[in-house]
Amino acid sequence: MSEPYDVVIIGGGPGGYVAAVRAGQMGLKTAIVEKRGALGGTCLNVGCIPSKALLQSSHHFEMAKHEFADHGIKAKVELDLKTMLGRKNKVVEDLTKGVEFLMKKNKVDYVKGMGVISAVGEVTVTPDGKGAKKEVLKTKNIIVATGSDTTPLPGVDIDEKQIVSSTGALDLTGVPKSMVVIGAGVIGLELGSVWRRLGADVTVVEFLDVVLPGMDGEVSKTMKRLLEKQGLKFKMATKVTGAKTAKGGVTLSMEGRDNGKKETLKADVVLVSIGRRPYTESLGLDKVGVDMTDRGFVKVDADFQTNVEGIYAIGDVIGGAMLAHKAEDEGMVCVEIMAGETGHIDYGMIPGIVYTHPEVAAVGKTEEQLEKDGVKYKSGKFPFTANSRARCNGDMDGFVKILADAETDRVLGCHIIGPQGGDLIQEVVNVMEFGGSAEDVARISHGHPGLPEAVKEAALGVDKRSIHV
Amino acid sequence: MTVEIKVPTLGESVTEATIAKWFKQPGDAVAKDEAVCELETDKVTIEVNAPTAGALKEIIAAEGSDVGVGALLATLDEGAEGAAASPPPAAEKPAAAPEAAPAAPPPPPAAAAPPPPPVAAPTAAPVQASRPPLSPAVRKLVDDNDLDPTQIAGTGPDGRLSKGDVMKAIENGTGKRRAAASAAAAPAKGFTPTADLPPRPENPREEKVRMTKLRKVIAGRLKQAQNTAAMLTTWNEIDMGAAMDLRATYKDQFEKKHGIRLGFMSFFVRAACIALKEWPAVNAEIYGEDLIYKNYYNIGVAVGTPQGLVVPVLKDADDMRFVEIEGAIADFGRRARDGKLGMDEMSGGTFTISNGGVFGSLNSMPILNVPQSGILGMHKIQKRPVAIGDKIEIRPMMYLALSYDHRIVDGREAVSFLVRMKDLIEDPQRIMLDV
Repeated sequence: MSEPYDVVIIGGGPGGYVAAVRAGQMGLKTAIVEKRGALGGTCLNVGCIPSKALLQSSHHFEMAKHEFADHGIKAKVELDLKTMLGRKNKVVEDLTKGVEFLMKKNKVDYVKGMGVISAVGEVTVTPDGKGAKKEVLKTKNIIVATGSDTTPLPGVDIDEKQIVSSTGALDLTGVPKSMVVIGAGVIGLELGSVWRRLGADVTVVEFLDVVLPGMDGEVSKTMKRLLEKQGLKFKMATKVTGAKTAKGGVTLSMEGRDNGKKETLKADVVLVSIGRRPYTESLGLDKVGVDMTDRGFVKVDADFQTNVEGIYAIGDVIGGAMLAHKAEDEGMVCVEIMAGETGHIDYGMIPGIVYTHPEVAAVGKTEEQLEKDGVKYKSGKFPFTANSRARCNGDMDGFVKILADAETDRVLGCHIIGPQGGDLIQEVVNVMEFGGSAEDVARISHGHPGLPEAVKEAALGVDKRSIHV
Repeated sequence: MTVEIKVPTLGESVTEATIAKWFKQPGDAVAKDEAVCELETDKVTIEVNAPTAGALKEIIAAEGSDVGVGALLATLDEGAEGAAASPPPAAEKPAAAPEAAPAAPPPPPAAAAPPPPPVAAPTAAPVQASRPPLSPAVRKLVDDNDLDPTQIAGTGPDGRLSKGDVMKAIENGTGKRRAAASAAAAPAKGFTPTADLPPRPENPREEKVRMTKLRKVIAGRLKQAQNTAAMLTTWNEIDMGAAMDLRATYKDQFEKKHGIRLGFMSFFVRAACIALKEWPAVNAEIYGEDLIYKNYYNIGVAVGTPQGLVVPVLKDADDMRFVEIEGAIADFGRRARDGKLGMDEMSGGTFTISNGGVFGSLNSMPILNVPQSGILGMHKIQKRPVAIGDKIEIRPMMYLALSYDHRIVDGREAVSFLVRMKDLIEDPQRIMLDV
């Protein structure tokens, strides 16, 4: 029997593969187990990456169709969905191959198959396909990085053809005439936007009163208004109670959350995007006695270790923000701690981004949270209509808002809705990690003309001294 | 001219102090070297004196706040007349801080306002300001190497630590390990009231008193000793007859000549030095994976004070005469009660003697003074019937206890050490002759 691994990672998503690379870098004997047949997890295969590829393509389509004329460009535009999806698949394929190469480069063994913890210090891998031989990996440590899965909606069974999850929504063979998106969260708004741009009549049904729940209230309101202007329809405070599938389409039965009013809605395709739940099934966690939270997440301590020594967990499966970059950071820190170093993640400083157009980005506290916590704060807000670069681009919807402590001026949060919001937020994340003040942002030079100037102006606005408004 | 009053160097391994009390308020006149406030540290309370005469301008660090070495405590107007009525300095807006000024709700600028309010408000802020948050990379480097960031000079804006600063400190060995801090911090989990504690409703029949720094450190140290050392105690009993006779014979002459009373501590200190030389493990220390044998004999003498226990150290006690030992102990006792012991006088001990007998203890088990490996417990001298040969006699007896760290000291060594002590004290002439 060969020497045991230092660490075996179950799950090849962003959390798992980053942990594997880091472990390899640190000279640990490492294996990564993945059943999908490709590394990269949900994010690379059926999440962040393919959706962003389609968002970009569909944005180009919409620009060409509706906005080129304003720029003095005349063109006849036609959709070639097959090529669009093909390009998306190529992007995914290239990136997953890239991850596979990273495993080789860092001397990580990539073991294909379903990994199960058969005992403490032992992972049994069952490869796909009949007659494949099981493989037993002995290891000093195990990291569970199995991620999450679509939360099902009772009465609305996903068939990935007419009723789809985000996975199916990335591979529709044609543009549906009508589409209902259940859930106005990040996934729903992004994929709803894609198919609306490509020509579908999209209605978003949401149980709550707001889109993007948890986001800053002002941002969430603006988002809904802008999406409505683009042609997305919303049915708020509405509960979906069931679905009937027929050849001609899906009939959803719904009822008003508050008034109980029943109604039905017909659509060619229904996207279920009400959230994601941890993927912990048949991993053998119960067999070795790993504690779970009452919401089904794997319970870990500050060092990402479960109650069972030598078994760690990171990413979506331990709860918190279900974000690839959060999982990546955890993977890195987890391995470093395992190797005897220290590590720390400030969960208050993880940015969240929605890749609609305009983009929405947030970090830190919202105004609502600060008010609830009784924190005295000041707010600086700057609209993109007053930013010269946004005007040049003809992309002026939205604003930047920075929240700072009323006494110390320390930046507590930033909320952006606007062009490239997801890129713009990063400078504020950096400043926050260094404990910086709004004035720090305001006094740092920002290139002109540039969208980041809007961030600087918002920081100036905290002190009521924005220049360009 | 404005002069800054800062936290002075507090001595070996002391990096932090709590402000116990401000003697002066803003506007008060102070003479040069007059005490303006009192700091409580791990080991003692010390007074901070005005570097020059003038009027106290602003108190930066409020009572009860923790400050590091070099932190700004207050500002002083050099040469100003002081007294409450003195006109506060005009044109005081510090040019260096335009950022805070307009934003923050005006912290009572010493102007116009008659006697500025005490301190309260700026409590949190200055503490935060004196310790700017660490950047992610710096935080990790500091944690990985178990450094005390307050001990490293920062070259970034506002004195922030850059990664380079920390790397340089590691290279130069200047980023001191948190000797004192971790001693208190590691076992802190055991006793420090933390968020884990359930809320305790007020009970009029209970009194809640905040632990002093000294008490916290004592608690931490004792717990650390129990958590790290393999602590074991061995006992013996001593017939004090010969030592008492010797003392009775010469105590008047001794006092007349030296102006100091002859006690028993000098016997025990000298005897301990002889025994330690013969059993060096008791005078040694575990340092990581190494054993450090100390070829010097600094004997700590535990002294009870109203604030708690302090342990001043007799440096190179093996070279001290009886009279020097008695003199030093008497002096320690006086100054300990007044809180006037210096930091350096309380560090560097290699072995400790604790005399519970002065309070009447007949027997007890002392706890090690880490990182030392041995502590001797003296007790009350009590007349007891003892078998001498085949006869029963009434003899003045004392129980002697040696607690030791079994990781480094073997039972044979510990017991032999104590037997040697017994032989020396029961026949004090042997101390003189070192036999």
